[in-house]
Amino acid sequence: MNPDRREFLGWGAAAAAGAALAPGFRLIELAQARSPQEAASKLQRWGLLIDITRCGECDACVTACHEENGVTGHGRPETDAQWIRKVNLRDKRTGYAQTLPLMCQHCEHPPCVDVCPTGASFKRDDGIVLVDKHTCIGCRYCVLACPYGARSFIHEAVSGQKADVPRGKGTVESCTLCVHRVDRGGTPACVEACNKDGGKAMAFGDLNDASAEIHRRLKREPSSQIRADLALNTGVRYQGL
Amino acid sequence: MASVQYREIDGRSGGFYALLGMLGALILAGLGGAWFMEHNGHYVTGMSNRIVWGVPHVFAIFLIVAASGVLNVASIASVFGRDLYKPLARLSGLLALTLLAGGLAVLVLDLGRPERLIVAMTHYNFKSIFAWNIFLYTGFYAVVALYLWTMFERRMNDYSKPAGLFAFVWRLVLTTGTGSIFGFLVAREAFNSALLAPLFIIMSFSFGLAIFVLVLMAACRWTGRPLGDVVLKRLRNLLGVFVAAVLYFVAVHHLTNLYIARQHEIERFFLWEGGIYTALFWLGQVLVGGIVPLVLLFGSASRRALAAAAACVIVGGLAQLYVLVIGGQAYPQLMFPEKEVASSFFDGVVAHYAPSLPEVALGVGGVALALALTAVALKVLPFLPRSLADVEPANA
Amino acid sequence: MMRLAAAILAAVLTLAAHADAPKFKIERGEACVAPTAEMRRDHMDMLLHQRDRTMRQGIREPRFSLKNCVDCHASRATGSVLGKEGFCSSCHEFAAVKMDCFECHTPLRQKRTAARP
Repeated sequence: MNPDRREFLGWGAAAAAGAALAPGFRLIELAQARSPQEAASKLQRWGLLIDITRCGECDACVTACHEENGVTGHGRPETDAQWIRKVNLRDKRTGYAQTLPLMCQHCEHPPCVDVCPTGASFKRDDGIVLVDKHTCIGCRYCVLACPYGARSFIHEAVSGQKADVPRGKGTVESCTLCVHRVDRGGTPACVEACNKDGGKAMAFGDLNDASAEIHRRLKREPSSQIRADLALNTGVRYQGL
Repeated sequence: MASVQYREIDGRSGGFYALLGMLGALILAGLGGAWFMEHNGHYVTGMSNRIVWGVPHVFAIFLIVAASGVLNVASIASVFGRDLYKPLARLSGLLALTLLAGGLAVLVLDLGRPERLIVAMTHYNFKSIFAWNIFLYTGFYAVVALYLWTMFERRMNDYSKPAGLFAFVWRLVLTTGTGSIFGFLVAREAFNSALLAPLFIIMSFSFGLAIFVLVLMAACRWTGRPLGDVVLKRLRNLLGVFVAAVLYFVAVHHLTNLYIARQHEIERFFLWEGGIYTALFWLGQVLVGGIVPLVLLFGSASRRALAAAAACVIVGGLAQLYVLVIGGQAYPQLMFPEKEVASSFFDGVVAHYAPSLPEVALGVGGVALALALTAVALKVLPFLPRSLADVEPANA
Repeated sequence: MMRLAAAILAAVLTLAAHADAPKFKIERGEACVAPTAEMRRDHMDMLLHQRDRTMRQGIREPRFSLKNCVDCHASRATGSVLGKEGFCSSCHEFAAVKMDCFECHTPLRQKRTAARP
């Protein structure tokens, strides 16, 4: 073989090996948890797995979420914001009853992101869907577009916000997957409360991380998405639906 | 054919000032309503987390859709070369601008953060049809203004055909975009349909022409300018065709849904069990907005019948948009097939909505703004021909 | 006539010159995260740039967070950067530049010691 060709093949092999190994290096870094000063990474995808057979009358997740994020009611259920709610189901034919917590599903192809005219509704690289309140003009198109009714519009002036969770009148909001906790290596408040005081139905983790509990459970056990027919690839998966 | 002479209206009579005064009062009420909603937050309105677009949006969408449709008359003149419509082209262009202004004013003032309009005009997410619409609406102003200029400026008259064609295509894209705001949504059973874009186009033809007829008749009557029967006959027939076409699209939409088992629930809601929405659909949209105008337009040759028909089309159009926009939001989202659903966030039930005074004031204020701008413009520039009397039948 | 006009003009200008300069208390005496002149001139650019990095990319630099600014600069008396002698509002009201940061962000110091710059 021509020595130049040999050299070329050698470089090619080295480059291929480097390309194959490079993501591996990054993954090792991530396994040690991302520091808050780093940007969110596409290699991670945060998600929830909820086993609704363990949900009963309990609403620890709802209370914890609204406490953590400073979401207070004003005695006006039609306009008060709700980041998470318990939905009660009853089969029309058989009468079989179930209950489940429903929040922003953090879709991979979020309709709310597609429709936002200013790009305020956006998906972070690690899969968390958020509203940039600095750019939100309060048009409520995303509230119309969400198939899960997950978004709320803030109908009145807000005071006494939590320091980590800014919220204000005239913008739209929804479950942030407790992004302020997640970025510091924590878990969402709903999951924490469920595991402490509730039915231990909720699990949180990195769906892309093969060593994560949530990834392994999703691989071993059946699970489903709400409105799987829309092909949104939600980050929140349910068992027992 | 003799060249048409245009002249500004006098605009010095007591009647004119009374009209402006009344419209001004309505505009002030609308501004007051907008301030009240923005200052206190939207909890003071009838809108909620289930019904986020209410009466202001019904009026705004009506005005915006009509704005694009009212340009039809000018398009028929410039693009399709019908000489009879040429004297009407300037008024048609003017109404396109003023109706759009009224509609956009309502839309912007209802935003949660209207002071962020600059943000909306500088940050675009081009995957959003709404963003495209913002771009198309503001561009429409430039396009129609240019078109009007080619009509006003004698030296530019030769360019009015290409300008008219450009405006025609632009407003077709714009109205398709407006219909697609709803058509592109998978989240609501009432919307998710490709049919909504052409439906909005044909609605724009119908509503726009109805408004044009009323404004033309009122303007000529109140300024003593002759308005011949030939013109009105053409407009009468055209309006009848458009009204029939809207009825056809609505019929096809519902008949298709009735055939599909999955859509039976929502059809039952709109056509039978939806309370106010059912009433507005049959009585408002179909009867007053469709059947009554057809009877009036093709059954009678009188001017009064034409004006009444146009007014009915407008009322029916508002009812149609109320059923589509608000009824479409009131119907629950179907996340769990074959299940009864209940929650603290009003899942699974028809959402409640009652229009509030600030919302109605804002919507009506937008209409008043459009009409006031039209009246003032007619006084400032020669939009209206001196005479639209019938020409001797030597040439068409 | 001209002399009267000149006299009135002089009086008005003198009054304007003695208008109250903004009174505010910088509650922490040591250095801010950047030199004072730079902060005065560029604080808005810093805030906007950092906010986009935090919001869109999730980069949370504690020193440059709005929370940290508030924790340092909030009034000892009221615990807020708004209000009569609030750090942010006193200058902003004097310059008549409306800010809407605190419609969403809390203007109150949190009950913990602030991170040192």
